Amino acid sequence: MDTIETVLRGAPVFEGMPPDELSFVAGCASNVRFDRGAVLFREGDPADTFFLVRHGTVALELFVPARGAAVIETIEAGEVIGWSWLFPPYRWHFDARALTQVRATAFDGACLRGKCEEDTGLGYDLMSRFAQILIERLQWTRLRLLDVYGDGPRG
Amino acid sequence: MGLAAEPLDALPPRPFRVRRRTQETHDTWTLELEPVATDERLEPGPGQFTMLYAFGVGEVPISFSGTPGGPLVHTLRAVGAVTEAICAADAGAQLGVRGPLGNRWPIAEAAGGDVVVVAGGIGLAPLRPVIYHALERRGDYGEVSLLYGSRSPADLLYLDELERWGGRLAVDVTVDSAESGWQGKVGVVPKLIGGARFDPAIAHAFVCGPEIMMRFAAEALLERGVAPGRIHVSMERNMQCGVGHCGHCQLGPTMICRDGPVYTWAELEPLLAVRQL
Amino acid sequence: MSFETSVIGPAALEALVDSLRARGYRVLGPTTRDGAIVYDDLASATELPIGWTESQEAATYRLERRDDEARFGFAVGPHSWKQFLLPARVRLWQARRNGDGELEVEEEGLDETPLAFIGVRSCELHAISIQDRVFLEGSYVERDYAARRSDDFVVAVNCFEPGGTCFCVSMGTGPKAEAGYDLALTEILDGEHRLLVEVGTERGADVLGELPRRAAAESDLAAAAAAVDGAAARMGRQLESGDLRDLLQRNLEHPRWDEVAERCLTCGNCTMVCPTCFCTSVEDTSDLAGESAERVRLWDSCYSVDYSHIHGGAVRPTGRSRYRQWLTHKFGTWHDQFGTSGCVGCGRCITWCPVGIDVTEELGAIRATDGAHGHD
Repeated sequence: MDTIETVLRGAPVFEGMPPDELSFVAGCASNVRFDRGAVLFREGDPADTFFLVRHGTVALELFVPARGAAVIETIEAGEVIGWSWLFPPYRWHFDARALTQVRATAFDGACLRGKCEEDTGLGYDLMSRFAQILIERLQWTRLRLLDVYGDGPRG
Repeated sequence: MGLAAEPLDALPPRPFRVRRRTQETHDTWTLELEPVATDERLEPGPGQFTMLYAFGVGEVPISFSGTPGGPLVHTLRAVGAVTEAICAADAGAQLGVRGPLGNRWPIAEAAGGDVVVVAGGIGLAPLRPVIYHALERRGDYGEVSLLYGSRSPADLLYLDELERWGGRLAVDVTVDSAESGWQGKVGVVPKLIGGARFDPAIAHAFVCGPEIMMRFAAEALLERGVAPGRIHVSMERNMQCGVGHCGHCQLGPTMICRDGPVYTWAELEPLLAVRQL
Repeated sequence: MSFETSVIGPAALEALVDSLRARGYRVLGPTTRDGAIVYDDLASATELPIGWTESQEAATYRLERRDDEARFGFAVGPHSWKQFLLPARVRLWQARRNGDGELEVEEEGLDETPLAFIGVRSCELHAISIQDRVFLEGSYVERDYAARRSDDFVVAVNCFEPGGTCFCVSMGTGPKAEAGYDLALTEILDGEHRLLVEVGTERGADVLGELPRRAAAESDLAAAAAAVDGAAARMGRQLESGDLRDLLQRNLEHPRWDEVAERCLTCGNCTMVCPTCFCTSVEDTSDLAGESAERVRLWDSCYSVDYSHIHGGAVRPTGRSRYRQWLTHKFGTWHDQFGTSGCVGCGRCITWCPVGIDVTEELGAIRATDGAHGHD
């Protein structure tokens, strides 16, 4: 079985991270597992964790009164969930539910936050990586906002 | 360029009878058409289209959506007077057909390599013949994937086939939005490209959907290392004569009816980079 | 095949018209009407614009009296021969649907009346050959055009009186007719009023054989050449035309497009008078009972907003993009599509633009600041 560090080395989000930094990050991480249907976290819960999904699919949802839970996005293996741990009030902005059985690596956000303040090099590196993820997610979300399939097709 | 070696007269529509009419979604139907005059079979290749005429209403270009060499099948969405009239044509009703027109998906060129089919919305309809071809000659291809997305689960096409195909090629489906109850992916189609299984060095991609989705898909494919000459895209513009005489479908130096509708990203990208070209 | 060059008097033009009519041709040529020189049916050579000329400038056209009896002392008016070869309105087919829902489509019959064009300028010969490429030399043949075009008898005229907006010399399309005619006339007013007649085909020679004529002398040839050279030296406009395709391709975001867009009304006059513009649209109609339907082909223009309509909007919603489309197609992408320029330098678009937009000026302005970038 791979160590957490090995797993992280292979994850796109940590690609090219200097080994000592990666080592530290791995030190703040642990393996977790969720059964199908399990809730990872709810909107408003304290957010001191972020997850790297290694296997399975997680649905990010928002609860809309009279409509129920609306899935805003699904997250697959290799992707990261969570940036609410980066800034106050450190609370989750949406729900997350395992659509399938999910195995993930969970990171102690509080611990990492502390270290980032000490080691600004690590802080900058982590922030850049998360910014990239957010930019990509934002772009995909904007594309969905355009509702491109709403227009007529050929004909 | 054009298809036939000798000049053809493609102007009058020929009567075709609706043999079968299937409703796919709330606004999309598939029609199987047969020629009234039995010696006038049309055999479009994947990527080609015909001009379908609804008596007294008008004509629209619709891509071929059937098995290469098989009956004339079209899937279309009712979005205007003409398409509504065509979608309302029941079995036995007659429509006019001109064609086949345009060029083809170079699926044979992809033999020996991997195939990635990227479809958005009704864009799956022009790509279905590519999938049929790849399935029929499965041995000619390596990894074959279908990345398909639509607006919502209710808008997904060919659900039974998607399930059957899943056994013989990698099918990845997503929707732009869904209620809870949908157990599948939510997100845009281009996002699926990052995780799809193919070797960029030997893959050909076939992309069809709204233009902006095709642009994002092409970018994601380029990011994975697929060469722009191996990304094939189906374009559309206002089309009237379908044979290169009326000027409407011009896109820069090309005419979609004559030089397309299938383009490589290499030739298309500089044209799409100029807005309102 | 080499034919003898002859000289005829202006009165012989009557015999020319008669000879063509006797052979069953519908004879078409220039005549004055509504303050312009237009192309119409000619019953007699007396209907030619005898002693008339045109004064043409940007957004300006006026008929003026000459002080001689020249038959062809003008350049080109608002009409071109495309109105006969690609008529503005043609029914393509009719359809009927019976009580059982069966569709029956009847293609329109073809008009095979042989046409004779009298007074075709060199620029127009090029324009006709450009449209031949579009309609006859692609994968699909335009059947109506092919029928109207087949066996046309062409009497070309070499210009001696260029128009104020002409630039055929810059486009390599005139003023001398080189090919594509049965007979070519050069009117000479220097000394005896006569016309030099060059023969291009066997049947041209046959028709000429029925006219009173004499063999051309050296002095006739020299006078004719001088007249045409004189025209070449008095072009109203100039255009550096060798590399326009590439120039336009790299200047699709040039600020000049914004500038011309402030003047262009997108009225489409230029496309209507241009002898090579060929865009058409189709209109499907049916009767109230829903029993019969037809499709009609109509002239269209890329200047109309609907022209590029798709999915509830126009691909080219701005005047800027539509002007750019027209100019870059005419002088640029036409080369990619058909292997030649789309412009023959006739100057009609300059004359008939209500705000006087001059394509030679626009192209010159782009060339002067090649590579400049405007806003989107």
